[in-house]
Amino acid sequence: MTDWPAVLQIVVITLLVAGTSTLIGAALGIPAGAFVALKKFRGRNFVRTLAFTFYGFPPVLAGLLVYLLLSRSGPLGALGWLFTPMGMIVAQSVLIVPIVMGVTISAVMAVERRLHDTALTLGADERQWRATAIHEARVGVVTAVMVGFGRAVSEVGAVLIVGGNIAGQTRVLTTAIVLETSQAHYVEASVFGVILFVIAFAIFAILQRLQREGTV
Amino acid sequence: MSIARASPLPWPGFISKWRLALLVATALALAGIAVSVESRPTVSLVLATTTSTRDTGLLDYLDPIFQVDTGIQVQYVAVGTGLALDMARRGDADAAMVHAPSLEEAFMAEGHGLCRSPLMYNRFLIVGPASDPAGIAGTANATAAFRRIWETNSTFVSRGDNSGTNVKELQVWALVGYRPSPANDAWYLESGQGMGATLTLASEKGAYTLTDDGTFYALLSSLHLRIEVQGDPFLANHYHILVVNPAEHPNVKAGAARAYAQWLVSERGLALIADYEIAGHRLFTPEYQPGLPGEC
Amino acid sequence: MTVALALHGVEKSYGGKGVLRSINAEVSAGEVFALVGPSGAGKTTVLRLLDLLEGPDAGEIRYHGRTVRLGSPEALAQRRRMAMIMQNPTTFRATVFENVAYGLWLRGVSEEGIRGPAFAALEFVGLLDRAQEPAAGLSGGEQQRVAFARAAVLRPEVLLLDEFTSNLDPANVRLLEEATRRYRRETGATVVIVTHNLFQAKRLADRVGLLLDGRIVEVAPTHAFFENPSRPETRAFLSGEMAY
Repeated sequence: MTDWPAVLQIVVITLLVAGTSTLIGAALGIPAGAFVALKKFRGRNFVRTLAFTFYGFPPVLAGLLVYLLLSRSGPLGALGWLFTPMGMIVAQSVLIVPIVMGVTISAVMAVERRLHDTALTLGADERQWRATAIHEARVGVVTAVMVGFGRAVSEVGAVLIVGGNIAGQTRVLTTAIVLETSQAHYVEASVFGVILFVIAFAIFAILQRLQREGTV
Repeated sequence: MSIARASPLPWPGFISKWRLALLVATALALAGIAVSVESRPTVSLVLATTTSTRDTGLLDYLDPIFQVDTGIQVQYVAVGTGLALDMARRGDADAAMVHAPSLEEAFMAEGHGLCRSPLMYNRFLIVGPASDPAGIAGTANATAAFRRIWETNSTFVSRGDNSGTNVKELQVWALVGYRPSPANDAWYLESGQGMGATLTLASEKGAYTLTDDGTFYALLSSLHLRIEVQGDPFLANHYHILVVNPAEHPNVKAGAARAYAQWLVSERGLALIADYEIAGHRLFTPEYQPGLPGEC
Repeated sequence: MTVALALHGVEKSYGGKGVLRSINAEVSAGEVFALVGPSGAGKTTVLRLLDLLEGPDAGEIRYHGRTVRLGSPEALAQRRRMAMIMQNPTTFRATVFENVAYGLWLRGVSEEGIRGPAFAALEFVGLLDRAQEPAAGLSGGEQQRVAFARAAVLRPEVLLLDEFTSNLDPANVRLLEEATRRYRRETGATVVIVTHNLFQAKRLADRVGLLLDGRIVEVAPTHAFFENPSRPETRAFLSGEMAY
């Protein structure tokens, strides 16, 4: 397997899809998770349970649902996102947002209640307290992002169905592994596997560094 | 003492770090989305095809040449035959290259296709272990071979996925008078997967299976299987190229798809197809005749 | 003598259980008022009500004669004129300096505006050299000193102290009591201190109030309260209680 430009393309698309999905997961999941953790509202427990239930949502099923959604014959067909990285990002975001949200909820709920009183006595209003609570839980929040990214980069079912595994367009490391394996090209599949591992390791190392610097 | 009216409430200093992180994250996310939405090249078409077609490598060989000739990029999505035709039906593909004539005829009759041209054929083979428990090696007739497999209850792996190969396999069983029943017959297995995975499974289990020649030759070195039966005309695997009907789905790039179909059946296309080989074996025999009704 | 804080007929119950039955008290501006009484009498509840963390079920609380409605902008403004230090120091997951700076950040003070007062407050409690350390790494007594600096830096008009030295060793107790005295001297703030420690009450307070069975039973200047209480309950409390 010497087609390194193709390998590079696959790596770039992997980072694009998994990275963007994780960022969307963080941008939506962290504030939502903090809100659910901190604000008492009717149906709060229901929302919490729902978020945690989505942890176990089969990615391939999410892929199928997004496929039907984005298909030309489907409600959002006019967007033309099927078989594009954008469609894959949509499918993965559906999976990642609940994950980031759920871990954030756990992390923020673990922040001591007494800290809430302390913040209030020092003059915080509820909005400021929410920001303080997220900051207090920042180690857990970074963990949420790490878990989300781990799921995104290792996911194969949804990106395969929604992306179509098109060479140079929607082929990512996981779907490339599936393809090579189905053709019994075990060496090539393993090389992709190693690359995937190295990338994940590098990203986690960076995030962990961030975690440590945030920990005072 | 009067309260100063709502100037926006101040944030603690660390908020600026979180704001920055959120800003960077949002910017990167938007950039990622922008790149993704942009990423489809302007002149391209989506070709729905089967995994066995992909596994022959024919498209990876033909499509770049087509792109050089015409500037149109072919993006193929390889799935099972059933899904390929469904993709075409839904308008998610602009053209389809499959090898299930009965399903294709129904597809055209329902008005989903603009045109359909015969393209080429390759052969199905019955492959099995060297030990040949059913004793079918060298049989010229596929039906007789399948009957022997059934009588001896030798392990047989089916793709079980409504693919062209699967459809052909079921047609042979129908001629033999056997209705596959994996729940009751322990010797009949369904892999539910593509040809490569099915061959690997058959190899591991020392079982018989029906396969197209392309995938078999491509994987030959890694399998412990040999050809038992070939040459029966019934085992010819006929490919067609279909263009999806734009009347149903206005987004379909009928012009580009038609150009592709016409290029494939041109002298140049057919010559390239005839020359294509795997491991020294020529796989495809062109089978196009001009002037057929409904052709592209 | 202006009345800084006044409670009239304040009642509070939790889960059906009446904790405060009818609290009536007045605290003058600039005085140190100690609130003593048996455990669970509701002393902490009084402080929480004063600090506008919760609202009374009945009665009213007046700040310089005005009431505020819980949750209103006036309540937030009033709360920002007060500060409370609680029994167990709870520090934020940050450096000592950042902890002290927190309240100033909340009020929108700029980074430059924070430095001077924050360092001064740290010096006040003798922790200037520990400013950049993680607050969590400090001992209990040191963390409570951080909590004091964190509150004092805000120059609150009212300082509420809830058993704030009850878990500390004598050296830290002395340090924090001295800091309290000094703070009141320098700013003229009103201090309400809840304590088990009758000796501490004697050392710090101008007046002492006894909270018993949900009511304020007696309020008297410190000397009179301890030497010559007028109520039998007070006498019983003083003789029967363990002071430590």
